[in-house]
Amino acid sequence: MSHLLSLLIWLPIIGGIAIIVLGDSRSRPFAAVVSGLTLLLSLPLYFSFDRTTSDMQFTELAAWLPMFDINYSLGVDGISMPLIVLTAMINVIVVVSAWEVIKDRPALYMGAFQIMTGLMIGVFSALDAILFYIFFEATLIPMFLIIGIWGGPNRVYASIKFFLYTFLGSVFMLIALIYLYKVGGSFNILDMHVLALAQKPQIWVFLAFFVAFAVKIPMFPVHTWLPDAHVEAPTAGSAVLAAIMLKMGGYGFLRFSLPITPNAAAQLDILMIALSLIAIVYIGFVALAQNDMKKLIAYSSISHMGFVTLGIFIAFRLAVGSTDPNTAALGIEGAIMQMVSHGFISAAMFLCVGVMYDRVHSREISAYGGVINTMPMFGAFMVFFAMANAGLPGTSGFVGEFMVILATFKTNFWFAALASLTLILGAGYTLWMVKRVIFGEVANEQVAALTDINKREFWMLGSLAVFVLLLGLWPDLLADVMHASVENLVQHISISKY
Amino acid sequence: MKLLYTLIPMAPLLAAIIAGFFGSKIGRTNSHRVTIAGVAVAFLLSLVVFQRHVLGGAETFNESLYIWMVSGGIRFEIGFLVDNLTVLMMLVVTFVSLMVHIYTIGYMVDDPGYQRFFSYISLFTFAMLMLVMSNNFLQLFFGWEAVGLVSYLLIGFWFKKDTAIFANMKAFLVNRVGDFGFLLGIAGVVYYTGSLDYFDAFNAAPAIAGETMNLVGGAEWSAMTVICILLFIGAMGKSAQVPLHVWLPDSMEGPTPISALIHAATMVTAGIFMVARMSPLFELSETALSFILIIGSITAFFMGLIGIVQNDIKKIVAYSTLSQLGYMTVALGVSAYSAAIFHLMTHAFFKALLFLAAGSVIIALHHEQDIRKMGGLRKYMPITYWTSLIGSLALIGFPGLSGFFSKDLIIEAVHNSSIPGATIAYYAVLSGVFITAFYSFRLFFLVFHGETRMDKHTAEHAHEPPGVVTWPLILLAIPSVLIGGLTLMNVGFGDYFGNAIYVAPEHDAVKAVAGFTDSALGMVKHSVATLPLYLAAAGVFTAWLFYLIMPSIPAFLHDKLGFLHRMLNNKYGFDDFNQLVFAGGSVGLGRFFWKKGDQTLIDGAMVNGSANKIGSLSGIARFMQTGFLFHYAFAMILGLLAMLTWFLFT
Repeated sequence: MSHLLSLLIWLPIIGGIAIIVLGDSRSRPFAAVVSGLTLLLSLPLYFSFDRTTSDMQFTELAAWLPMFDINYSLGVDGISMPLIVLTAMINVIVVVSAWEVIKDRPALYMGAFQIMTGLMIGVFSALDAILFYIFFEATLIPMFLIIGIWGGPNRVYASIKFFLYTFLGSVFMLIALIYLYKVGGSFNILDMHVLALAQKPQIWVFLAFFVAFAVKIPMFPVHTWLPDAHVEAPTAGSAVLAAIMLKMGGYGFLRFSLPITPNAAAQLDILMIALSLIAIVYIGFVALAQNDMKKLIAYSSISHMGFVTLGIFIAFRLAVGSTDPNTAALGIEGAIMQMVSHGFISAAMFLCVGVMYDRVHSREISAYGGVINTMPMFGAFMVFFAMANAGLPGTSGFVGEFMVILATFKTNFWFAALASLTLILGAGYTLWMVKRVIFGEVANEQVAALTDINKREFWMLGSLAVFVLLLGLWPDLLADVMHASVENLVQHISISKY
Repeated sequence: MKLLYTLIPMAPLLAAIIAGFFGSKIGRTNSHRVTIAGVAVAFLLSLVVFQRHVLGGAETFNESLYIWMVSGGIRFEIGFLVDNLTVLMMLVVTFVSLMVHIYTIGYMVDDPGYQRFFSYISLFTFAMLMLVMSNNFLQLFFGWEAVGLVSYLLIGFWFKKDTAIFANMKAFLVNRVGDFGFLLGIAGVVYYTGSLDYFDAFNAAPAIAGETMNLVGGAEWSAMTVICILLFIGAMGKSAQVPLHVWLPDSMEGPTPISALIHAATMVTAGIFMVARMSPLFELSETALSFILIIGSITAFFMGLIGIVQNDIKKIVAYSTLSQLGYMTVALGVSAYSAAIFHLMTHAFFKALLFLAAGSVIIALHHEQDIRKMGGLRKYMPITYWTSLIGSLALIGFPGLSGFFSKDLIIEAVHNSSIPGATIAYYAVLSGVFITAFYSFRLFFLVFHGETRMDKHTAEHAHEPPGVVTWPLILLAIPSVLIGGLTLMNVGFGDYFGNAIYVAPEHDAVKAVAGFTDSALGMVKHSVATLPLYLAAAGVFTAWLFYLIMPSIPAFLHDKLGFLHRMLNNKYGFDDFNQLVFAGGSVGLGRFFWKKGDQTLIDGAMVNGSANKIGSLSGIARFMQTGFLFHYAFAMILGLLAMLTWFLFT
């Protein structure tokens, strides 16, 4: 039994604490070492991953609170593994992005991010429901601190809104988990997957999970915390929030809602599909009206997450009664693809805004114009990531949306048509921003005084660009690892629990 | 063989990467050398492919290059399909691209973005080749969007110009409206066939023909009609058909070489190519064909009319392109796919020629584009003059020149077609002949003949541009004269394409034309007895009369028919309407959703509202409320622990 997952969780957590204890002066190199090591250690997860099985891999098991049957149980499958590697990658980018930018208490900043990385990896690898819950909740604390300490002028409102929204959401999840323990006698998530449940309790459990994960991902109408949190958060905070934390919601749906309460989900799927389509279309329009770049990207994130929930919940229209399990798998794999891709693209977009914010100290679109004249290299990156955000084929942004649209067409033409509106809306809000910020004559003296990105920023954006392209040109790199697990999941949801 | 086919698109891609990333290191000269070499390699290898397939009769090549992804039982692949249709497109694309590359050396000589420009046009060549060589819908969509991206970058090449960066965004968004349909069409194909491969789709097509879809209310739609119309909406975006044509005139904000390459010869014909490639699908839906026919007729006729009132030399050629794309679309609508591709080919040569000649005039006059400030340029620029004359004559269908054969073939095919709408289309394309001749020679006479209207300084400096500009004009003039007559019998009448194009026997309008013209010469002879020849002559004569002999006539008409002129000048109001309703409406709707939905309803009433409510109700409990979040959280955890205990021990 390997202890790789434990290492991946505790190395950044302990490393983060050590960084805080050791103080500001050496925080940067230490953070670099911790994040770099974490990334290195995460690579075997991908390269030694057994693609032929849907069983949990790299499992660890130890008794923790035997009186409640709570175990320290870890493991990954093809759904969680990509998210862990993504987390480790983004963590390195975060350290690079903050390198010389954060001058106020850098040790605490770097430490908080390392701790958060460990906790998020814990979320994606926990196989015990209580362990999952603890990690899930604990990630709030470092993020709350990051927004509350290094945030913008309105940070108190934003951080409390963020905390209470998501905290309230997950309380319901805890109740559901305890209920499931009462019924089945185990906190093991895999045991919960095979637990027999009547329709009525399934609905209650489903709704409880729904509140927790819908707030997190976020779905319409419980999304309004996200734009506020993003606007106030420091650059790296926004990047991690968009790239990883939102995915905890999508992951929760896949790990809990789908396999545990499939009958309830099948009954309520039209509601989920409707909310997803509202997220795609309504939020797409809202994004169009934004004047603040970070808000615009935040709304764009919500709209893109609509594809994740859409891909997940159309599965019930396709798999239940086992009419078309293949297409159900296409939708779910599309949703995971979208999560990973959005991790890279949204992080890149927020970092791009951060690059400009560090120089001009404004997020307002109207404060810019003609940035490409003084920052040509940055402009090229920004246009590239904007195109990826608009789902251009050849970038990762296209893959997930394409898969979900193909799958949705099989359930209903009009669902697919509404989802496809993102082609126009996504390009609309992204390119209009690019037009106003990047192109044109130099708008003011501040833009005229801009200096192009330095080496650090170049490597930060460049490495993200490489992954966006790689996944866009060869998505099989990612799709191939999830087939077995997704197939297993689809089988699970097509079997009635009573 | 696979290696050879792979090299053709890869050579320009590699060149684009070198010029794009290392352009400032290797310098201007090396940048244009490497990109020209890349495209030249692609062109020469395309000739080898031509020799193999067309002359040597090699089997159709259909193989995948690599597996992009497998998911949901569908194989997403990148691969090539090379048959005679592909070969023709490859030759047209690489030849025109090569000419434009050479021409650019002269046109962009003073531009600070020299290397970037070469990198873009080579990248475009790569993307266009991937599009035409694809053997599946995925790669088609890739190429489709990639050429759109390069078009976006090139229209906005001069990124300081407000009009340019408006035009490129507009072009991208309008194309996205088309892609919206296109993507759904592809999804429809996957829905019914479970595959993205062309041949899988074509083989399954007859079986799909019987399927129906329930879209609105209880009405059942033929699935094939829905799929074909959705796919064609994509073509309407890319090939600028009404009402998605609005981006093409604005795209003239880009440098002239790309107007020739992208917005006349190649990219805008991608939609035409796509429909021809999908002929086994489109043949199964007469409704879709009728739809295509009507859209094409509207575009051919009404866009030509706008060309008459334009004064910007590039805009006139752009409206001419729109009108000619309409002709190609009409040909598709009457199942005359071979005639559409035939016209696509001849048009690529003479329209690229006309654009490059216009560019030659523009540089000679220091970026003056208004034809009212030109005139009498014949004596300053003889090569440009003669090549323009050849291009214009080819465009209006002067007997024996390339455009004559392709356009007459289309008109005759429409005349012989029984597809619903063919009668209206026939009158549209027929009157289009007069309009084409009129605006073409209005341009020609105003620019090259008559008195010199430039200011003295400009006139003194007007002279023929260097050889890198004039040689491409000459090299394009040759096929503009010859290619039509040489290839009429095989390309025009469709034998050339073999299995690449399928026409249902009852739709075969081209075959009917073949009955009375057995050779190129026969077609010339036949034309003497038909209307188009005289309509074209009348158009040239009217232009001559109006603009060289009696300029008072157009001035008089302008006064008397003011409303007509205004309507044409406003381009029938499409731009204003789109700006107001779609652009303004979307932003307005977004603002409404944001302010009323997110802020007032969700945040105001629900989130903060419930918080306030609780706040006022808990006045009694205020002593417990310390205001520290940690205390609340702590209380919540305590409460939860209590609940947990209760659950576990009861």
